[in-house]
Amino acid sequence: MSARTSLTADTSYATGVSVRFSRRLSRVVTYLLLVGTSVCFLIPFAWLIVSAFKTSDEIFVYPPIWWPEHWRWENFVQALTTLPFGRYALNSILIAVINVVGNVVSCSLVAYGFARFRFPGRRILFMVLLATMMVPSQVLLVPQFVLFHELGWTNTFLPLTVPAFFGSAFYVFLLRQFFMTLPLELEEAAKIDGAGSLRTFLTIVLPQVKPALTAVAIFSFQGAWNDFLSPLIYLNDPTKFTLQLGLAQFQGTYHTEWNLIMAATVVVMLPMLAIFFAAQRYFIEGITMTGLKG
Amino acid sequence: MNTKHREALLGYLYISPWLIGFLCLTLGPLLASLYFGFTQYNLLSAPKFIGLQNYIHLLHDPDFWQSLYVTFYYAIFSVPLDLLVALGMAILLNQKVRLMRWFRTIFYLPAVLPPVAVAILWNWILNPKYGILNRFLAILHLPQPQWLVTPQWTVPSFIVMSVWGVGTWMITFLAGLQDVPVNLYEAAIIDGASVLKKFWYITLPMISPVLFFNLVMGVIAAFSFFTQAFVMGSGYGGQGAGVNNAGLFYALNIYIQGFSDLNMGYASALAWVLFLIVLLLTLLIFKSSALWVYYGGERE
Repeated sequence: MSARTSLTADTSYATGVSVRFSRRLSRVVTYLLLVGTSVCFLIPFAWLIVSAFKTSDEIFVYPPIWWPEHWRWENFVQALTTLPFGRYALNSILIAVINVVGNVVSCSLVAYGFARFRFPGRRILFMVLLATMMVPSQVLLVPQFVLFHELGWTNTFLPLTVPAFFGSAFYVFLLRQFFMTLPLELEEAAKIDGAGSLRTFLTIVLPQVKPALTAVAIFSFQGAWNDFLSPLIYLNDPTKFTLQLGLAQFQGTYHTEWNLIMAATVVVMLPMLAIFFAAQRYFIEGITMTGLKG
Repeated sequence: MNTKHREALLGYLYISPWLIGFLCLTLGPLLASLYFGFTQYNLLSAPKFIGLQNYIHLLHDPDFWQSLYVTFYYAIFSVPLDLLVALGMAILLNQKVRLMRWFRTIFYLPAVLPPVAVAILWNWILNPKYGILNRFLAILHLPQPQWLVTPQWTVPSFIVMSVWGVGTWMITFLAGLQDVPVNLYEAAIIDGASVLKKFWYITLPMISPVLFFNLVMGVIAAFSFFTQAFVMGSGYGGQGAGVNNAGLFYALNIYIQGFSDLNMGYASALAWVLFLIVLLLTLLIFKSSALWVYYGGERE
């Protein structure tokens, strides 16, 4: 009897050890892989930054060196003054901010309409809305250009900003998902109190979805800020260029001065990096909401 | 007016911005481009109807076939590779590790950066002589390709670069993994299932809807690939299409035809072919999804 118990105790002890060992091993492997992947993902950033500080001679050393002899801050001054980057930045900010306003206003209205009201064709229209996400933007490029050309809007910011006021499928979908989770009681109470629909929407509903609105604001800022194709086809006047156009042009003009190109690239990346670190939570919540419920 | 009608009217009012936008900025242009596809149009004079000529020309146009080849080549390798890497990273992050937020930030970060900046940075990383990638390959005694300088390495260059930007897909996978009910795994552990079996019979079916979503979006993104191609190829000649048009992506070809050469009619025909290809691929993925996408009981 006692021998039997000690035997079972022994084997379970042995399996316990092997389980613990394999667990520890798998943890070590997990961390090794995580650290290894992180290093691979960070090296391009490191390469960008050290290159931005090198002298022209250090850029073209073979084999390449990691550390610049002394860090040349002048690269940034030189890179940013050869082209009017301040002007480009102002243009980019203006376009991005108008896009944020347009998308937040239009998409929240549309999403609320789809989430809370019953009307004939609602299901089909919502399917159509989702289907528009699957139309590659290149398909609409020529006819939209023709439309804006006929309106005399080329070489202005209008083609880059006005469309935001007509909603965007991705953001409408994201906001609708949030509206659907809200309880109806508050809206019904407001209605009984005699508040109009729009007032209820603005004062009762919207404050409850602030995180989703923030996510939409951030995504549309990112979309407008990072956009290259639309500014490329609509803007010809160099004083109207956005940062992305300016950076691409800079690469084309100074195509061998990689230290200056990298310095300009760092500066163009910085605002997105800052926004990302300040609001990472909203990026992740926004993507999670749309990706999962899709 | 009764409440039902009132509600419907209000509903239409709320969605009207999108409805107007859909008609004027999506459906209208879509139909307009179908029409332009049958015309010769350079923006300066009115479109001239030429029947099927654009589509016939397209069949004999080497640039069209080249762009189709480049784009399919890129999509066939980059989409599965990127999905696999994204899923792998999400699985690593889902192991209840310390500093998970830090790792997640590092993996996701490149995905939010401007594509122009990313493309320029990679142009420099991939520099055959002075770039950092070939330096590492040299240290490891591996062959050092000429990347964007040679036609046969141009598309692989873009595929390598695309792995750096898988952050968004990784986040969706991670969210999917975190949504898998823990009791499923507990039951499997009691049954003595191995790690591989747990992954194959529990994890994969449970996240298959996310995989499906990412696959559809990934295919569409691969077929719309433009900015990086334009920015990286422009240093190597051919209106941004790289050496010997080795980087002539489909979207880039549309841009060159429409906006450099002002063949708006032909560009529209090309755009419609792209639309049909993407539509067909999306339908194929949707049809096949019945076989491999698992939806939990609560879905209709």
